[in-house]
Amino acid sequence: MRPVRDVAVVAFGQTDHLRSTDELSEVEMLMPVLHEVLAATGLRTSDIGFTCSGSSDYLAGRAFSFTMALDGVGAWPPISESHVEMDGAWALYEAWTKLQTGEADTALVYSYGKSSPGSVRDVLTRQLDPYYVAPLWPDSVALAALQAQALIDAGETDEPALAGVAHRSRADAAANSHAQLSGSVARGEYVVRPLRTGDCPPVGDGAAAVILAAGEHARGLCERPAWIRGIDHRIEAHGIGVRDLTDSPSTRLAAERAGVFERPVDTAELHAPFTSQEVVLRKALDLGDDVTVNPSGGALAANPMMAAGLIRIGEAAARIHRGACDRAVAHATSGPCLQQNLVAVLEGDAR
Amino acid sequence: MASVPAPEVLRAPLVVEFPFTRSLGPVQSAFLTGLRERTVLGVKTHDGRTLVPPVEYDPVTAEEIRDLVEVAATGTVTTWAWNHEPRRGQPLGTPFAWVLVELDGADTALLHALDAPGPDAVRTGMRVRIRWAAERVGAITDIACFEPYDGARDERRPEPHAGEFDEPVTGIVAAARLDYTYSPGRAQSAYIHALSERKTVGERCPSCRKVYVPPRGACPTCGVGTAERVEVGPRGTVTTYCIVNIKAKNAMNDAIEVPYVYAHIALDGADLALHARIAGIPYDEVRMGLRVEPVWTDGGRYPDHYRPTGEPDADYDTYKELV
Repeated sequence: MRPVRDVAVVAFGQTDHLRSTDELSEVEMLMPVLHEVLAATGLRTSDIGFTCSGSSDYLAGRAFSFTMALDGVGAWPPISESHVEMDGAWALYEAWTKLQTGEADTALVYSYGKSSPGSVRDVLTRQLDPYYVAPLWPDSVALAALQAQALIDAGETDEPALAGVAHRSRADAAANSHAQLSGSVARGEYVVRPLRTGDCPPVGDGAAAVILAAGEHARGLCERPAWIRGIDHRIEAHGIGVRDLTDSPSTRLAAERAGVFERPVDTAELHAPFTSQEVVLRKALDLGDDVTVNPSGGALAANPMMAAGLIRIGEAAARIHRGACDRAVAHATSGPCLQQNLVAVLEGDAR
Repeated sequence: MASVPAPEVLRAPLVVEFPFTRSLGPVQSAFLTGLRERTVLGVKTHDGRTLVPPVEYDPVTAEEIRDLVEVAATGTVTTWAWNHEPRRGQPLGTPFAWVLVELDGADTALLHALDAPGPDAVRTGMRVRIRWAAERVGAITDIACFEPYDGARDERRPEPHAGEFDEPVTGIVAAARLDYTYSPGRAQSAYIHALSERKTVGERCPSCRKVYVPPRGACPTCGVGTAERVEVGPRGTVTTYCIVNIKAKNAMNDAIEVPYVYAHIALDGADLALHARIAGIPYDEVRMGLRVEPVWTDGGRYPDHYRPTGEPDADYDTYKELV
């Protein structure tokens, strides 16, 4: 979709992403990030027109777990609020839509996930087809490995090339103080062949938040707003045996609708938890070697469930805020083997 | 009470287990019943493709599709992944390959496990066949796994199939179990530690000064962190209550006779009422404003119930904000 109203990301914050945050409840983990983005804009909760969050009860093992996190927002007097049981990138899409309607001028979007209490590889099996697939308990690494092997068979990549993606991502993450896994990381042993530990994201806990603002509000809150010029999301069949795992037509279509291909981008923040998925996304988004991909280190450096997609949008926006980027594509994914994909184009004002 | 060093992090196992009972549509019912009878069915799309496993709606066009055909129990691996450490619930307990298999006559692939001696024995393009489970009930697990097969591709066109069987399965029961280690976080850990000393501890909001019991680490009104610990109670006031006439169906509450009273209780010094059972007074004499105190049982980790203190009732104005 293209905006009828200019909306920008004006602030972004994220926690340090850690293997375990046993000493903190979800709200205790999330609250500092909410305070960070509010402080960056000078806004108070009562100034925010719409609040939207993303999280998953399956990570917490508790129903309506997101209601506890709302304590960190300070939802009194009552606020206009919504929640998606998805990555925060989709919460951002809902908030962006709300701002397009003119119902609100500012929005707070946040999401968080603690993978540490459970076994995320197994938890994610519960999102699969309950009749034909879930009873077999194919974990998230196994499904990604089937996709990786399909890419190798098709000659699109090989194990050394995948190791190169891992190496570059974690080397870049050395400049990201929030990253969980950075610097020199061993390729490691096979987890599910052909994927090694180095091809897989770290399992960890973390949270992120952004503030969106429309038109002149944005200019008043941020020196160089990151304008969302287009945003779209598309979904493919849930049966992975129905899909071509070496391609991502949903990503390509979402990118077309968002206007990615109209002008070159200089930066891409791709939500590719597994090295092999970056190969697919680069192809679908037609990214050349001149594009800086995942300068943050991406999901291979920190993959807090439900927040890693929102962080891609936030990282792209933050580079625009800093003047390190003029036009970026940000991508978020959900479901097995890149089943659902959200693509956003962000731009800074010409300098 | 000043802030004290954080006590050790509490952890407890949490198991979420639930048998999901799911009904089947006509296509899924035919497919799963067919597996019980060692017959593999696919469904034809309007553009002539055969989907295995079959679905009720075309994944591309969303059209309703119902025309079933029978495909072979042999097929070709389209991609694979060697799983050297099988996990709970997976089809085989020994190392195996995850595979997508295009059965002969099908245009899409089915996800399952392949029993093979090692990764060197597996490749894309290899021929495999279904190994049926000895006991079949009408579920995807009626396919025990796939095994290597040295026969050529069955080139026959799949024959139409009515999808009718005696005693078709119309539903599945999908057991789901996930194991967690729950940690309540800083504020709630402190609350639980205090309970072990038979104390009730809340936290004060630095902004609105309200004391929250039990504390959750944040003031839900102001959205700021709370850290200053405040001991409250032990006595309190009933702010509202209800009379329970239905006996609880669990062993813990088996000894509790109905009717009994469950109440919101504002502990002295707290700005949030917690709830507990009231005893030691006939159920129809409990009232708003009744002053109560906790009763602990030996080994109890929290008050078993609250009973009247004998003090005069509290004035409504002292607790009306907490009703």
